[in-house]
Amino acid sequence: MKTIILKTASNYLLPVLLLFSVFILLRGHYLPGGGFVGGLVAAIAFVLDAFANGLQNTKQVLKIHPGFFMPVGLAIAFLSAISPILFADLPLMTGLWAHEPVPVLGKIGSALFFDTGVYLVVIGAALTIIFTISESA
Amino acid sequence: MLEAVLVGFIFAILLVFVGRWFRGPIAVVSALIPIGLFVYFLWHIGGISAGDVIYESYRWIPSFGVNLSFKLDGLSLLFSLMITGVGSLVFLYTAAYLKGHKYLDRFYGYLSLFMAAMLGLVLSDNLISMFVFWELTSISSFFLIGFNNDSKASRQSALVALGITGLGGLLLLGGALLLGFISGTYEISEMLTQSDVITQHPYYALAAILMFGAAFTKSAQFPFHFWLPGAMKAPTPVSTYLHSATMVKAGVYLLFRFSPVLGQTELWHTTLISIGAITMLYSAIHIIFRTDLKGILAYSTISALGILVFLIGIGTEAALIAASVFIVVHALYKASLFLITGIIDHETGTRDITKLTGLRKVLLPVAIAGFIAALISGGVPPSIGFVGKDLIYEATLHSNNAVLLTVLAIATNALLFYGGFVAGVKPFMGQLPKKFEKIHLPSPLMWLPPLIMVTAGIIFGIAPGLVETTFAQPIVNVMFTSAEDVHLKLWHGFNLVLGLSALTLAVGTILYFLLKPTHQKETFISQFNFIAPKDLTLKLSDGFEWFGHIWTGYFQNGYLRHYLSIVVGFIILLLGYLLLFDFDLDIDYASLARITVYEIAIVLMMVIAIIFTVFTKSRLAAVAAMGVVGFAFSLFFLFYSAPDLAMTQFSVDTLTVILFVLVLYKLPTYLKLTNDKIRIKHGILSLSLGGLITILILKVLNEPKNTEITDFYAENAYKLAHGKNIVNVILVDFRGIDTMIEISVLVVAALGVFGLLKLRLKTKDKK
Repeated sequence: MKTIILKTASNYLLPVLLLFSVFILLRGHYLPGGGFVGGLVAAIAFVLDAFANGLQNTKQVLKIHPGFFMPVGLAIAFLSAISPILFADLPLMTGLWAHEPVPVLGKIGSALFFDTGVYLVVIGAALTIIFTISESA
Repeated sequence: MLEAVLVGFIFAILLVFVGRWFRGPIAVVSALIPIGLFVYFLWHIGGISAGDVIYESYRWIPSFGVNLSFKLDGLSLLFSLMITGVGSLVFLYTAAYLKGHKYLDRFYGYLSLFMAAMLGLVLSDNLISMFVFWELTSISSFFLIGFNNDSKASRQSALVALGITGLGGLLLLGGALLLGFISGTYEISEMLTQSDVITQHPYYALAAILMFGAAFTKSAQFPFHFWLPGAMKAPTPVSTYLHSATMVKAGVYLLFRFSPVLGQTELWHTTLISIGAITMLYSAIHIIFRTDLKGILAYSTISALGILVFLIGIGTEAALIAASVFIVVHALYKASLFLITGIIDHETGTRDITKLTGLRKVLLPVAIAGFIAALISGGVPPSIGFVGKDLIYEATLHSNNAVLLTVLAIATNALLFYGGFVAGVKPFMGQLPKKFEKIHLPSPLMWLPPLIMVTAGIIFGIAPGLVETTFAQPIVNVMFTSAEDVHLKLWHGFNLVLGLSALTLAVGTILYFLLKPTHQKETFISQFNFIAPKDLTLKLSDGFEWFGHIWTGYFQNGYLRHYLSIVVGFIILLLGYLLLFDFDLDIDYASLARITVYEIAIVLMMVIAIIFTVFTKSRLAAVAAMGVVGFAFSLFFLFYSAPDLAMTQFSVDTLTVILFVLVLYKLPTYLKLTNDKIRIKHGILSLSLGGLITILILKVLNEPKNTEITDFYAENAYKLAHGKNIVNVILVDFRGIDTMIEISVLVVAALGVFGLLKLRLKTKDKK
């Protein structure tokens, strides 16, 4: 499936789609979107790249095995879940929010970090499954 | 007290990291832990015998009433002293017995894990934490029995023991939950005040039977006794410590602890007396047929445990005094005999009683210890055993069924006398065979512990007041609110009890000189193995395995379509059954939204795609058509204002199609693998599931709507969680724990796929 059109297009599409996935992740708290969908979109971006340029190429772009996203994501989600216990003596999963909105990102709270964890886990899990299957098929 | 329980756990965990430096002679240092704890508990004797009760409580899961509460009273003090006292000697003994063993550190780790769990068990005042410690003792016992893990027999015995005691653990959990339900608390001391409520409750019998099951499995009562002789595969220090002195007494402890709560009923007395009596006599008779020293000791241990259950069943004050003294007696002589057996085994390499003679000439201090241990075991004055035996007769004589119970007790005691002398005296008498002449006395670390214990047995016998003030009186105070004073004496004057005692000694002596342990006897009794509880249980487990094989073979045959058919078929059965009795299709069509033209167009598209999927000849075309169905679905979500769902459905479908393509890409283009019959079957299954789900959803619309939850989220999403997208707020905040677990599941699934496929690749490479 290595057509020249898809190849050329995907070189531009990959960064755009990744940016879009981050956009979906960040808007999630106020508008449709969120970590799960964002993660899926990012995974699709990489899979598209793999279709166009070959799996090896995508792996080189990624530098690390996608599996490593999973523990990192889980750790971020877990830390943000226990952060109220650690920092504020509140029950597990209580949302902590910064008082002043950050430029560009808007209001930042522990929920955003939790969602980022979800985002990373979804990318990691989806890509691990797809890469593994396509390598062994 | 928490520190006392924790120190063993901490030491065991520490050994994981520093174990490799602990295999040498330095291992003996670990004995400082039980010795220190022993001193700690000794130090409490004064207070406890003066009537103090030390209570400590730490919150664990207060919302479920589960706390780490510990109570040190007369009963738990006796057990704690036994655990740490015998523990100290066993720790010392092990240093010499397993000297240079390459897993010595591991052994000490298991031992101290066990000691900590056992201490936790007897000190716990909360039934749930007691259950946790109870299970920990079973698990450490499993590791210790299977310590020689390259022997198949050891591994099997460990499994049998874990199976039986694990079953008991489950029963204990059931009993604990039921008692908690009846009394509204898991604290044992609070249950004590509600004894009347509990014994009058309709579930009393069930609760009592569950507790009996727990105690009988742990304390090796008939018909669950058979794991204990098997557990003798463990190294001798383990048999000494776990399977004679402490762990097997956990069941007895449980019955002791709960006799003020559950006792004094007909069920309690009848069950405990009959099971105890059967166990004590059955296994005492088995002693005659054994030639392995540890086998003899195992059966006499079971018999002694039977006596204890029997005495608790009688339940009078005299019986409970007898039981508490007999616990001390048994721990002292049985642990010594086990250690002595260990020395003999270690030096001669055999435990066959028919081959062992004359060892007194080479192992004199051991022979002395063995002789005294036999005296205590047989109840010969002036040992504490004599006091213990008198108390047993005192208890049976004053029970409701005096004659029968006394005769049973005499028969058991005479056989125990025989067993004690065979194990403690016989190996040392007679001529020393040539092959044993070169034996040297081992390190004092090995022969001093039994000697210390039997000396204690004699001292207690001469001065029974020591036992009276330290154990017997405080325990009786725990059991009875208005307890009488306990007076233990070695000499009661000439009376019936003394006569019975003399009779026991006479019968025992005759048995010792008449009966010789031979292999013929052992072969004779093994003919009856097929009706023994052990064989029956093993057969049952084999049968279960066979059944599981058949069952799994049918339901888990590895074909994905088979699994799917079963799951779908089962759902159809359930739903069909439900709808069969409640079938009415009066749907309020007016309440449904109006159907628009573009909806009809999309449904048409889906139907065409489905028909194409079913009848196409190409795999890839089928997958693409399935994708069309999925995308059409996400359009529906969009129409009904669920953009989140639409987005997710769209992405998931994209990835699914890609996955399918990846898997199917390399397969040959469609072959007709299934015949029409199967295709029709699958078609009927799919259509009926679809039809049923449709009916179900239409019926759901008829149900009255509960908008309470929706309103709550809508109202509070921004107020509490600063978010305007309710779906996302639910995911990351209100039900964030669910999401946490879901992403963990996702990780597990990905790792599973990765592991399965990579593993398969590797085996392929090897070929």
